[in-house]
Amino acid sequence: MRRPIVTLAGLMAAALLATSCGGAGEVEEGAQADLDVSTGVTEDAITIGTHQPLTGPAAPGYAQISVGHAAVFDYVNDNGGIHGRRIDYVVEDDVYDPARTIEVTRDLVHTEEIFAMLGGLGTPTHSKVIDFLNEEGVPDLFVSSGALMWNRPQEYPLSYGYQVDYTKEAKIQGQYIAENMPDAQVGHLYQNDDVGTDSEAGLNQYVRDMVVASESYDPGNTDLAPQVAALEEAGADVVVCSCIPAFTALLILEAQRIGYEPQLVVSSIGADTATLTGLLSEFAAEAGTEDLPAEQLLEGMIYTSYLPSVETPEDPWIQLYSEIYDEYADSESPMTNTTVYGMVQATMMAQALMAAGEDLTRQSLIDAVESQDWAGPGLVPFASTAEDHGGFSGALVSEFHADDEPEVLQEARVTDREGGDITEAEVERPNPDEVEFYGG
Amino acid sequence: MVSLRNHESTARDTRPRRGRAAGLAERWRALPALVRFPLAALAAFAAVVALTSVTGPAEDLRIGSVGYYMLAIAGLQLLIGYSGQVSLGHGAFMFIGAYTMALLVLHQPAFPLWLNMLITVAVSCAAGVLVGAATARLHGPYLAGATLALAVGLPALTVRFPELLGGSNGLAFSVRGAPPALAGVVTGSQWQAAAVWLTALLGLVVLATVNAGRLGRRMRALRDDESAAALAGIPVGRTKVVAFLISAGSGGLAGACQAYLLGTATPSSFTVALSLSLLAALVLGGLGSMWGAFWGAVALVYVELWGQELAHSLSLGTNVANNLPIVFFGVLLILVILIWPQGLHGMFSRLAGLVRRGR
Repeated sequence: MRRPIVTLAGLMAAALLATSCGGAGEVEEGAQADLDVSTGVTEDAITIGTHQPLTGPAAPGYAQISVGHAAVFDYVNDNGGIHGRRIDYVVEDDVYDPARTIEVTRDLVHTEEIFAMLGGLGTPTHSKVIDFLNEEGVPDLFVSSGALMWNRPQEYPLSYGYQVDYTKEAKIQGQYIAENMPDAQVGHLYQNDDVGTDSEAGLNQYVRDMVVASESYDPGNTDLAPQVAALEEAGADVVVCSCIPAFTALLILEAQRIGYEPQLVVSSIGADTATLTGLLSEFAAEAGTEDLPAEQLLEGMIYTSYLPSVETPEDPWIQLYSEIYDEYADSESPMTNTTVYGMVQATMMAQALMAAGEDLTRQSLIDAVESQDWAGPGLVPFASTAEDHGGFSGALVSEFHADDEPEVLQEARVTDREGGDITEAEVERPNPDEVEFYGG
Repeated sequence: MVSLRNHESTARDTRPRRGRAAGLAERWRALPALVRFPLAALAAFAAVVALTSVTGPAEDLRIGSVGYYMLAIAGLQLLIGYSGQVSLGHGAFMFIGAYTMALLVLHQPAFPLWLNMLITVAVSCAAGVLVGAATARLHGPYLAGATLALAVGLPALTVRFPELLGGSNGLAFSVRGAPPALAGVVTGSQWQAAAVWLTALLGLVVLATVNAGRLGRRMRALRDDESAAALAGIPVGRTKVVAFLISAGSGGLAGACQAYLLGTATPSSFTVALSLSLLAALVLGGLGSMWGAFWGAVALVYVELWGQELAHSLSLGTNVANNLPIVFFGVLLILVILIWPQGLHGMFSRLAGLVRRGR
C-alpha cells in the first residue's frame, strides 16, 4: 500500500505548489487597455452588444428594453446607418443571474467581438462585469441601473451611467414633499438592496423629521401585507415607494384591499404607468377581481421621471418612437415607458457613434461621449464628461391622470448625490430631425 | 422514476476477453484504486490543459464550469446514486462554498488559493454534518423536502446580513490569475480553468476512492436495503451522515471553484433551480457511476448553449426562443431516460458494448 499513497501525496503536493504562488486575492496592476483599436468595426458594420434578462423573474417589463434598442437600430440602419456602416446589435440573455452575466459578457467580448456595450442591465449583474469590461478596454455606455458605482471615472474610466442615480432622485422627491406637503406624515417603502439604501440616503436629507415608518421588502417575497399594514398603522399619509414596478402595483392593490389611501410618490424605476396598468390588471385577475379599473387606481400618483413618456403622445420624440415601434418592433405587447427607456439609450448610442466620425476607434467613441453636448430625447441634463459619468442628473415631478396627459408639478431640477443644493435646470430639447443619429 | 437499485457499479465484468486491448483493460482494472484513480485524474487534467491551450477565453470559462459542475454532481452521485439519500438542496452547499471563498478572498487576500479551498471544504463539511445529523432519520420524500427547504432558505441569509454578505447584490472580488512566471505561457482564463479542473479532479479521486472502498460498499448496502444493512452490522446512521458530509464537502468545493472562476458570489446564482438542475443533470448523466457526473456536467453547460444557438438559427418569436433552451434540455432528459434508463453513461457503455461485439 505504500506506492499508491506516495502517488497520491505527490499529486497533492503538485497541486498545492501550483496554486500556492501568492495569495488568491491579490491582483497585480494591469496595464491600461489599448483604446486605439476598432474591434467589432468593419467596412460596413459596427457590432454593439448588451446583456438583458430576456427570461426569468426580471424579464416581464425589462425585456422591452432590448426591443427598443433593436427597433431604433433597425431604423438607423434603414436610414443610411452610421457613416455608411450598419449597426449589428447582439443581445444575450443573462436571466438576471450574475453568474450568467459574466459568461455572456465574456462571450460578447471574446466571441462576438463587440465594439461597445450598451445599457447592460442590473446592479447585481453589471457590477460583476464592470472590472472585466474596463480591463478589456470595452466602452461600457449607459448602464441600465441607478446605482452609484457606474460613476467612478478614476476607477472605471470606460463606464458611463444612464439613469438618474437613486440618491439624487430621492433628494428631489424629498425636497418636493417638504416644500409642497409640509404637514405630511411620510412612510417609506423600499427595496431591500442598494435601491433602498441609496434612496433613503437622499430622502432623509429633506424629510428625516417627517418620516413615521420605514418598511423594506425583499424582491423574492410578493406578500406586502405586513409592510402596508405597518405604514397605515404609523399614520403615513404620504408613501414614498422606491420600488420596481411589480411592487408598486402590489402596494397599490394591498392598500386598496385594506381601504388605505395614502398619496403615493414613486421613483422612476417603479412608475412606468403603462407597465403598471398591465400588472394591476394581471394581479387583479389572479385575485379574482377582474373589473378593477387599473387606470383609476393610478389616478393622482406622483412620480419622478427624466424621459418623455408614452402618455404624452404630442411629444415629437414619442411620435417618432411610436412610428419606429409600429414599423420595426417584432413584439405583441404595446410600447411602454420601458421601451422608450431602451429607445433613448439606442438613440444616444447612435448619436455618439455619429459624432465619433468615420474613423471609428474605441478612443474616438469615448472622446465623442465625453465632449457631447447631449441635446436629445431626455428631459433633464445628461452628464458624461471626463469627471462626471453620472448620466441623467435630475428629474421632474409629475402627477398621473387616468384620462389625460400627466401634469408636470415641478420642472426639471438637478442636484448631486451628496448634500448639495437642488437647482432648476434649463433643458434645450431639439426635435428628432435636428439631431444627427443616422446618415452617411 | 428511475430505480436506484437496478444497477451495480462495482460488479466487475468477469467475462473472459481475447486480444491485447482487452488484456490491457484487465491489467488496468487490476491496479489498486489508489493508483488507478490518480492516474486517470492526471490523464484527464492533461487533456483539459491541452484543450484549453487551443480554445479562447470564453470557451475556457465554459470548460471550467463543466469542471465544477462535475464535482458538485459527483458529490450528489455519492449521496443519491450510492447511498440512496435524495437531496433536492445541494445548491445550498455550493452557496456555502462560494460565500466562504468570497469572504476569504475579500478579508484574507494573502491566503493562497489552496488554503482557501481547504477551509471551504472544512466549512461545508461541517455544514454537511449538521444537516446530515439533523436529517439522518428522514428518508425518501421527507429528506428531499428538508433539503429543499435548505436550498430555499439559505440564500435569504444574504439579505439578512447585508453588511457582511452584500445583500441581494452579492459579493464581487478580483482573483489573482496566473503567477508572473507563467505570464506569457498561459492566459488568466486558462489558468483558472486548469485550477478548477485540478481541484475538481482531486475531489473526484477522493469520491471514487471512497466509493471503491469499504465505506462505498456500506453505502450501497444501505441504498439497497436499510434493514438488511443494519442486520449485517452496518452502522446505518453514521454511514448516512458520513455520506452527507462527503457530498456536502464536494458541493462546497464546487461552489468555491465557481466563485473563484467567476469572481463573484450572489444569492441569485444559488436558487432552487440550481439544485434541481444538478439533480436533473445527474439523472441525465446516469445514476450510479462517476462518469454520469461528467456527462451530466457537460450536458448542463452545453445543451443549453446548443439550445440557444438553435433558437437563434430558427429565428422564432422572442418568447419561444428565450424558453427554447430549457425545453430542449427537458426533452433530451425525457428521451434519454426513456431509451436508456441509465442515462448518458448507460447510452455510451451500451454503444461501446455494441462496438466491441461487432469487432
